[in-house]
Amino acid sequence: MNMIPATAPAFKPADYKSSVKPVWCPGCGDHSVLLSFQRALAELALPPEQVAIVSGIGCSSRIPAYTNCYGFHGVHGRSLALASGLKVARPDLTVLVASGDGDGFSIGGNHLLHACRRNIDLTYIVMDNRIYGMTKGQPSPTTEPDWDTAISPGGTGLSPFHPLVIALASGANFIARGFAGNIGGCAKLIAEAVRTPGFSFVQILSPCVTFRPDQQRGWKDLVHPAAVPETDDPARAARRLMTDDGFNIGVLYRGKREPYQPAPKAYLAPSHLEAEFAL
Amino acid sequence: MNRPASLSIALTGSGGAGVMTAGQTLLDAATSSGLYGLMTRSTGPQIRGGEAAAMIRLSSHPVQSHGDRFDILLALDFDNVERFAEELPLDSESLIVADPAAGEMPAFLKASGAAIGLVPMAQLAKSIAGSRISMVALGILARIIGLPESAVIAAVAESIGRKKPEALAASEKAVMAGSAAAPEVNVPKLALPHTPRAGRWSITGNEAAAFGALKGGVKFVAGYPITPATEILEWMAAALPQCGGVLVQAEDELASINMIIGASFGGAPSLTATAGPGLSLMTEAIGLAVASEIPLVIVDVMRSGPSTGIATKSEQSDLNIAVYGLHGDAPHVVTAPLSVADCLLTAQWSVHLAETLQTPVIMLSDQSLGQARVVIDRPGDLAFATQRLAPEAASVGYARYATTESGISAMSVPGFPGGQYTADGLTHNARGTPTSQAKDHVAQLDKRQRKLDSFDFGAHWAEIDGEGELAVLTWGSSTEPLREAIAEARAGGTDVKLIALRLIAPAQPGRLTAALAGVKRVIVLEQSHSGQFWRYLRAHYDLPKDAIPIHCPGPLPIRPGEILTYIQQGVPA
Ligand SMILES: Cc1ncc(C[n+]2csc(CCOP(=O)(O)OP(=O)(O)O)c2C)c(N)n1
Ligand code: SF4
Ligand SMILES: [Mg+2]
Repeated sequence: MNMIPATAPAFKPADYKSSVKPVWCPGCGDHSVLLSFQRALAELALPPEQVAIVSGIGCSSRIPAYTNCYGFHGVHGRSLALASGLKVARPDLTVLVASGDGDGFSIGGNHLLHACRRNIDLTYIVMDNRIYGMTKGQPSPTTEPDWDTAISPGGTGLSPFHPLVIALASGANFIARGFAGNIGGCAKLIAEAVRTPGFSFVQILSPCVTFRPDQQRGWKDLVHPAAVPETDDPARAARRLMTDDGFNIGVLYRGKREPYQPAPKAYLAPSHLEAEFAL
Repeated sequence: MNRPASLSIALTGSGGAGVMTAGQTLLDAATSSGLYGLMTRSTGPQIRGGEAAAMIRLSSHPVQSHGDRFDILLALDFDNVERFAEELPLDSESLIVADPAAGEMPAFLKASGAAIGLVPMAQLAKSIAGSRISMVALGILARIIGLPESAVIAAVAESIGRKKPEALAASEKAVMAGSAAAPEVNVPKLALPHTPRAGRWSITGNEAAAFGALKGGVKFVAGYPITPATEILEWMAAALPQCGGVLVQAEDELASINMIIGASFGGAPSLTATAGPGLSLMTEAIGLAVASEIPLVIVDVMRSGPSTGIATKSEQSDLNIAVYGLHGDAPHVVTAPLSVADCLLTAQWSVHLAETLQTPVIMLSDQSLGQARVVIDRPGDLAFATQRLAPEAASVGYARYATTESGISAMSVPGFPGGQYTADGLTHNARGTPTSQAKDHVAQLDKRQRKLDSFDFGAHWAEIDGEGELAVLTWGSSTEPLREAIAEARAGGTDVKLIALRLIAPAQPGRLTAALAGVKRVIVLEQSHSGQFWRYLRAHYDLPKDAIPIHCPGPLPIRPGEILTYIQQGVPA
């Protein structure tokens, strides 16, 4: 968690906006998520140069360049590893990670497990549209089994992956779900995630209007605020997440694990270690 | 070939016999008597407790590679010793010391024609309560090679600790018993220089690489364990936090390379160490570092490949992947240490190059360098004026990828106000904004190429030694055996020029042409099956018409004698 100075200058969401024009389709949920990022950062009053947004590859992963923060648009699936190295080397920075359901749960799945386990102070935001948007509509690990696509005619027949359950089991310290259509709500979740020390995971249901037109129409009606308040009990959280309908919105779990932050022990010149080799 | 002024000793035995400890003790004892030395290890396929061979070379002059043959093989037992047959060349001038109780001598030992000295080592050890057969062996070896027993006992005390007086007394007795029982043989004794060893170092190639990187300014390391590179990570794990840095064990090499990209983006000079399988996993992200201009050092401690290959044995066969393994046009730097000790300089230089050129540097060490221990004179201190070019002050419209004349553009780090940019693997313009315009693509490709083309790599690009119409061109770990062969050739009146490349990529055709002035004939020497270095040279350099490749795969080392034969008699067609 980063300490926010009491006399922090006021920031407006527009202070985090860059001049780069998003490539997203009109109506894509990711436009709203971008606005939520900006609002959250303004609420946290973080100077843009103190924030780094790291991503992989996908429509969702295009976010960093659309902000006025430091950004890294890396390779597909590896954003958590890149962000982990950055945060360990630069604990003074606020590091957010933006990903998609393909980027984060398929090609990057292993890194998700280990990022949760390590519990580095990162905020991981996955724009889940249950599809590969960028490559034009293939199923992702969260796609419904009967969703018909060219690469999986008639559907995959596979049960979707439950990212929040996996995050909890792997040790994530903060778990929340948002809906892109609720910009203010997502901004609050992101800000809470940043404020909570350790690895925070926010799944944002972000409709792909082009390859999942059903989401644009349907998700608005399906989402609902979580019926019970957040818990810090992993066992209760597990039960809740296992039985949830996938549309519960809000903070679902907030643990108390200490973040992992290896630190130097001393600042000796390397020549001091020479004695080890000298006969 | 004449016997060089050194002695080569191999100690073999089954798991638990104490071969490695005894080898190290012998090296310590010899070096405390003023000798220089080298020790390498070979083990069977078992994870733990299998048969082992400690291969030691002692000399009054610095030695960093093995010779052609072994003067002495001391076998504590014969369990699986034939596994080492190829690695332990013996001849009629060699001596085999063995235990009569060990049973029938294996055929390859008998066939070598070596003299045989039988000593009941196990029985002697048994007669001294609390002693070990390896201590008896040390006494025998000390006597044969002319090392004072007192030096061996002091080295034993050093290794088992003076706090265990009983164990020490038993070991001392065993050493003396071994010495007394040593066979009378005609092994030339090494002259002991008795020069104080103070000021010398005992170091492995992996330690040297890690220490060099630390001296170069590395502050962040991420890695995933893999033989034979793990020791770099292990050494760093303890050392780095003492020097203001940290190490993270990653979940795989995909993570380790991306972690160091993140850390370096954050301003920390960063490194990972791996071997071929790990390098293969890293290649996509190394390309990202090229495109986004992130300084990185990737140390590849090469082992026999392809695939899992022989994890514990050396080969110079990752040159192709290091040079050509990235997709797209991705100019980067590939370096290679030329000896165990040179791992230090090359690693330090590699950090300097990465930081200065804002590009990944792949350093190709190998198992024969990384896992060998040498006793050397203290390496000189090098200072490189390493600095990442940083923007001077916050400016509106900061262009991270400005197409400067040198190709190097100022790199801001997070925290610096006004320097915000998004590093990207997408083709981008000078400001880092993604673009698919041909002119931006070409401008950035040109810029990145220009960084390497216009940079003066200086004298470290190669080691060049001697003059002659014949030059042998080599790289990496093939250099030391070549040096020895050339010294031998010169002693016999044949002038040969040695050219060993420390900088593999980018190629330096102008410099090599100058180095080849007056050379009429070239032999290209490397340890790969397909002649990767040869093909690389042919693609990028003008070699004289009379140029011949010698390329043999690992895992057996290239021996100086073989090279000398090629130098003197030419390379068979
Ligand atoms: C190594 C690699 N494999 C495949 C791709 C192609 N690819 C680009 S984005 C993507 C999937 C993106 O899906 P998701 O993460 O859900 O992002 P979305 O576009 O839906 O936001 C794939 C497979 C790639 N860029 N790199
Ligand atoms: S393809 Fe889908 S996810 Fe991608 S920009 Fe368009 S709507 Fe958004
Ligand atoms: Mg998706």
